[in-house]
Amino acid sequence: MRHSARIQVGPVRFRIGSDWRAPIAAIEALYADYPRDDARPADATVRLFAARPWRRWLRPSVHIGGDFVVPDALPLPLAMGLLAAEMGMNLQVALGWRRHLLLHASAVARDGRAVILSGESGSGKSTLAALLGEGDWRLMGDEFTLIDPASGDALAFPRVVSLKNEAIAEMTARVDAARMGPLLVGTPKGDIRHLVPRADAIAAMHVPARPALILFPRFGGEAAIEPMGEGEAFVRLTEASTNYTALGEAGFAALARLVRGTPAFGISYPDSATGMALVERLWAETAR
Amino acid sequence: MSAVRTLVDLLAGRADAATLAPRDWDGVISVARAEAMLATLAHHLRDTGLPPAVAALFADQRAAARVAQAQALWEVEMARRALAPQGIEFVLLKGAAYAAAGLSCSEGRQIGDLDILVQALDVRRAENALLNAGWEWVKSDPYDDFYYREHMHELPPLIHSVRDRMIDVHHTILPLTHRKTPDALALVGDAVATVDGYAVLCPEDMAVHCAAHMIADGDLQGGLRNLWDFHCLTRDFASADPGYWGKLDGRAAMHGLRGAAHRSARLARDIYGAVLPPGWDRHDPADLWFRRRLLARDDWGRQTDFLLQQAFYIRSHWMRMPPLMLAKHLWTKWRKGHNPASRGTSSS
Repeated sequence: MRHSARIQVGPVRFRIGSDWRAPIAAIEALYADYPRDDARPADATVRLFAARPWRRWLRPSVHIGGDFVVPDALPLPLAMGLLAAEMGMNLQVALGWRRHLLLHASAVARDGRAVILSGESGSGKSTLAALLGEGDWRLMGDEFTLIDPASGDALAFPRVVSLKNEAIAEMTARVDAARMGPLLVGTPKGDIRHLVPRADAIAAMHVPARPALILFPRFGGEAAIEPMGEGEAFVRLTEASTNYTALGEAGFAALARLVRGTPAFGISYPDSATGMALVERLWAETAR
Repeated sequence: MSAVRTLVDLLAGRADAATLAPRDWDGVISVARAEAMLATLAHHLRDTGLPPAVAALFADQRAAARVAQAQALWEVEMARRALAPQGIEFVLLKGAAYAAAGLSCSEGRQIGDLDILVQALDVRRAENALLNAGWEWVKSDPYDDFYYREHMHELPPLIHSVRDRMIDVHHTILPLTHRKTPDALALVGDAVATVDGYAVLCPEDMAVHCAAHMIADGDLQGGLRNLWDFHCLTRDFASADPGYWGKLDGRAAMHGLRGAAHRSARLARDIYGAVLPPGWDRHDPADLWFRRRLLARDDWGRQTDFLLQQAFYIRSHWMRMPPLMLAKHLWTKWRKGHNPASRGTSSS
């Protein structure tokens, strides 16, 4: 393709091709400080393309393709090319990655032990992880957490954090502007702005962490902590995994081991400060 | 060299994996994925000197293919439990058959829907037995349903309500309206049993069906994978039975598919380096178009050569039904708002 970039996030190396320069330039700017290993071939390919040649210039719209595609996925305007690239990368991991059990969850780590936060979008798991990652936690990722079936460890996937709507202002107030990407207004997911994780989180992206706590956050309502049984945590995490079925017995064994060895809680919180305090409290009381 | 050429050279043993640069691998991996052959390649290049990242990715693919194959064979067993009590015998076709018979082309091979062949007189009973055992009709429109039942060689696809897996129940191997009419009775009658007691086509019919599916029925979408099946099947059968190619020739002629079998063999020779006996080792200038169609993919895994694709698409329909019927079919599809170039009933 006309323009391309290669980036590595955690264990996955991507090749991104595009009919336009802009999405590649945006990706390269955001991932400029990620480790580069150009001797390594790509595991996954993303393609950003115009459905018809003239749509490169005339009302340009970016179709998302790659090794794996979602049929009938809607294209995005060129101004949201960065979001298209991000969606393409997520898609390749969600549908193609087989080395680890994939959880649609954010995670942070401290002292080699991880807190995994699983929830629907809107649960605040990304924002909580991003905020914790600005304190004395290492951000492991805001979208995917990978569980190694062999060791049971959690592996990081620290792509740039995708901040949405209210979370944008909350983070912009706290971090250096150089770590923020361009503001994408009015995307199908609302306003989006990307945050580059802290340098220490990127540098440690290959360092595994032992799962210590599984949380199912829910934004809104009174502050509350609800202990969760292994069975419920298991079922919820099968729903949060994109490759649990494809992994077969290895996936079952990895997930069973995870929920048996890791205490799980549902937490509700009315605001980020309370959410962070709940995480700290549970960490102090129960993490093992 | 283009990535798709590198891919077939690696499979044919003409290229050495150790000489590939990282950028070469990017393309090869993408193209192999697009052709549903990455795990096949991973098996083929096992124990060769691969860059660590490629070796790790290939190990993932082999493990994933093992799980997928076990799941596909479980689906075979589920079909047996649904059909055997009704006394309905069925023959496994394509991917599930190769896996059940432990054939070399099944190593890493992706298996999609479960394809089975039953005698024409058992079709309705088979459908009922499957519906009673938890399969349901995929919601489709009345025209597609009518088209399948009236003109196709298989029932409209059924999907299992719990396991979410599709089954295609065939009663022959080419559409009823196709210019060729294979001998369906012989296909079922001469089927052979695997060690686990499942029926699969006899070695000659298995290669004939593979060739028919690739050359006489489809538009060569995914053709490299089908051609690899044909290549492995004929190579392994011929090495076990020196008279195999002769028998294949006769059997293909009986089914009216000698041309398709011979073309498949020549393409397997040209692309995967198959060694053919005299009588098969010929040349046909038209093979060029087939080779070009099979290799029409760029280094990003995208289909190229749009006009050639369209030509093969039209060809597949031309062989499948008489011109007047084709016109009517496309007219109906068009009026219903289907894009004739998209994949509807006609691509099965």
